[in-house]
Amino acid sequence: MIEVRVFATLRQGWDKVTMLCPEDIACAGDVLKKMGIPAGEVSILLVNGFHQKPDFPVKDGDIVALFPPVGGG
Amino acid sequence: MAGAYYEKIARINLTTGEIRVEPLDLELAHKFIGGRGLGTKILYDEGVATVDPLSPENKLIYITGPMTGASAPSTGRYMVVTKSPLTGMIACSNSGGIWGAKLKYAGWDAIIVEGQAPEWTYISIVDDKIELLDAREYLGVMSEEMDAKLKEKHGADASVLNIGPAGEKQVLLAAIMNDKDRAAGRSGVGAVMGSKKLKAIVVKATRKSLDNIADVDALKVAAKNALDVLKANPVTGAGLRQLGTAVLVNIVNNIGAFPTKNWQESYYDKGEDISGETLAEKYLVKPGACHRCPIACGRVVNVNGKVVGGPEYEPLWAYGGNCGNNDLNVIDECNMLCNEYGLDAISVPCTIAAAMELYQRGYIKEEECAGVPLEWGSTKALVEWTKRMGNPETELDWLMSSGSARLCEHYGHPEISMSVKKQEMPAYDARAIQGIGITYATSNRGGCHVRGYMISPEVLGLPQQLDRTVTTDKAAWAKTFQDLTAVIDSMGHCLFTSFAMGAKEYTDLLNAATGTSWTVEQVLEIGDRIYNIERMFNKAAGMKPEDDRLPKRLLEEPVVNGPSTGMTSKLPLTLPEYYAARGWVNAFPTDETLKKLGLDECVGR
Repeated sequence: MIEVRVFATLRQGWDKVTMLCPEDIACAGDVLKKMGIPAGEVSILLVNGFHQKPDFPVKDGDIVALFPPVGGG
Repeated sequence: MAGAYYEKIARINLTTGEIRVEPLDLELAHKFIGGRGLGTKILYDEGVATVDPLSPENKLIYITGPMTGASAPSTGRYMVVTKSPLTGMIACSNSGGIWGAKLKYAGWDAIIVEGQAPEWTYISIVDDKIELLDAREYLGVMSEEMDAKLKEKHGADASVLNIGPAGEKQVLLAAIMNDKDRAAGRSGVGAVMGSKKLKAIVVKATRKSLDNIADVDALKVAAKNALDVLKANPVTGAGLRQLGTAVLVNIVNNIGAFPTKNWQESYYDKGEDISGETLAEKYLVKPGACHRCPIACGRVVNVNGKVVGGPEYEPLWAYGGNCGNNDLNVIDECNMLCNEYGLDAISVPCTIAAAMELYQRGYIKEEECAGVPLEWGSTKALVEWTKRMGNPETELDWLMSSGSARLCEHYGHPEISMSVKKQEMPAYDARAIQGIGITYATSNRGGCHVRGYMISPEVLGLPQQLDRTVTTDKAAWAKTFQDLTAVIDSMGHCLFTSFAMGAKEYTDLLNAATGTSWTVEQVLEIGDRIYNIERMFNKAAGMKPEDDRLPKRLLEEPVVNGPSTGMTSKLPLTLPEYYAARGWVNAFPTDETLKKLGLDECVGR
């Protein structure tokens, strides 16, 4: 399974954690499509803790974390 | 009158009671902008670098920037500049609220406090009139109560700055508080105030805005543009208001850069429990904002029925994962205690974390803990030891209240202190994020993230995403961030505006307010100059090249858990690149660099 974690204001529309079947999912962009999350709402996309672009390949067992634009200090 | 400066400094000698009004050197003000830059220059010129920080010879400068209080967004900042008793080097702590703006509205660019009062004193400023008043009856009063008492006496329109019991006792981690829960938190500036027997400064002003802007129309345009930029940006326009800086808990933890149990680990499996999302869900009453700030990043929370200022990301991390604690309500409570005792809410919990590691390894014995063992995650320990550090009595209380460097040195294990220049590092593991390590190692005020917030490009993708794992170009980025930050601080703007605004916006605001005609390049050069005068202050104070360092753990002990497993800091690669970018050799500016920056008075020193 692919674990999808969403954070901050994205939680207003999606569950904190969703487990997705890896079938039909080749890249992080496919995760967004499957979840119905507009790419424009995602500012930071992590795959297993590292920043990636939507074309980055994902596979069974990966963790995809999605953040809207955030700042702090 | 010169744009945005009132050209007036009050020099208050607490030993003699003399209050002298001095003109601001306008040329110097333009050259160093104000605030952090000008304050450091004044201290350097007056020979403060070599004095004992807690002696009457140290000077305590409360200083505004030209934009402080101006009709532009996020201009509520003032700075406290002094020689730090924690680091022995330059201290510049920056705070919001409204106190700084009121000082400016009262007609003062800065207040320089010298000497030591014979008895506990507080200062009252009402426009031109400055008085020294008896503070003996307020000794021991907590910071928030002090705020209420002085408002009751001087009127609700007064703004109060004060120290709590920690500052009175010259605790090296003492902060200066203003407007209840805003803090000039770092580097022990509260201890310097305590050493002068100065309990508070209360300010009232007839003015409600600056009436000395050089080009009012140009400032309107620049301020409108800045506001538009801030509002249109999803971080400054919405994100920080909704979740505060606390939003960082989950992202920093999810990349495996969340120091846990005193940096022994870098991922906290209970991070969600102490996150900004959980804070908003369970404890948030409303967002809070400083003077003229549309961002409203502050948190107002409910702590056991009391509505108080809530924690930033830093204390959430420091009292949370770094102490192995996932009880968010206790973090809120400890943050409140820091505000009430007047303590640095970063260094205090980080020192508790270091003490917990000393205890874990058997160096601190249970019998030393006076009934409250320093066990990981013990909420009782967090609350009690915060109180003890705020009002120390036993030997261990005093050791801990002096910070982790002195504590760990005492137990013969300095390597356990996660500090730089004796100041505790903040909440981002420099093994997992290469650029922030340069900032930590070279920060003139010791371990600090807001002297060049490399987290913006390396984690948040602002203004562009850099690969956090590599060292390429990081030295140049760190220098640019440090220089721009020095400008923003010195102007009196909040650093958080820089999530949306760039050097162009700041330059436009500065020129409109002060009547200067700097280019962006010239403004960044001023930032470079400020960074260099701070460095020259440190050199005069006895700083050595080896003080630009990171704890051995970050260089030699790879991350043991989470996504960044196996990583170490590559500082030995980036530091020489950084020095080359600065024009420094062995940590200090060359004479050529000093001349280029117009710091001829520092040449040969």
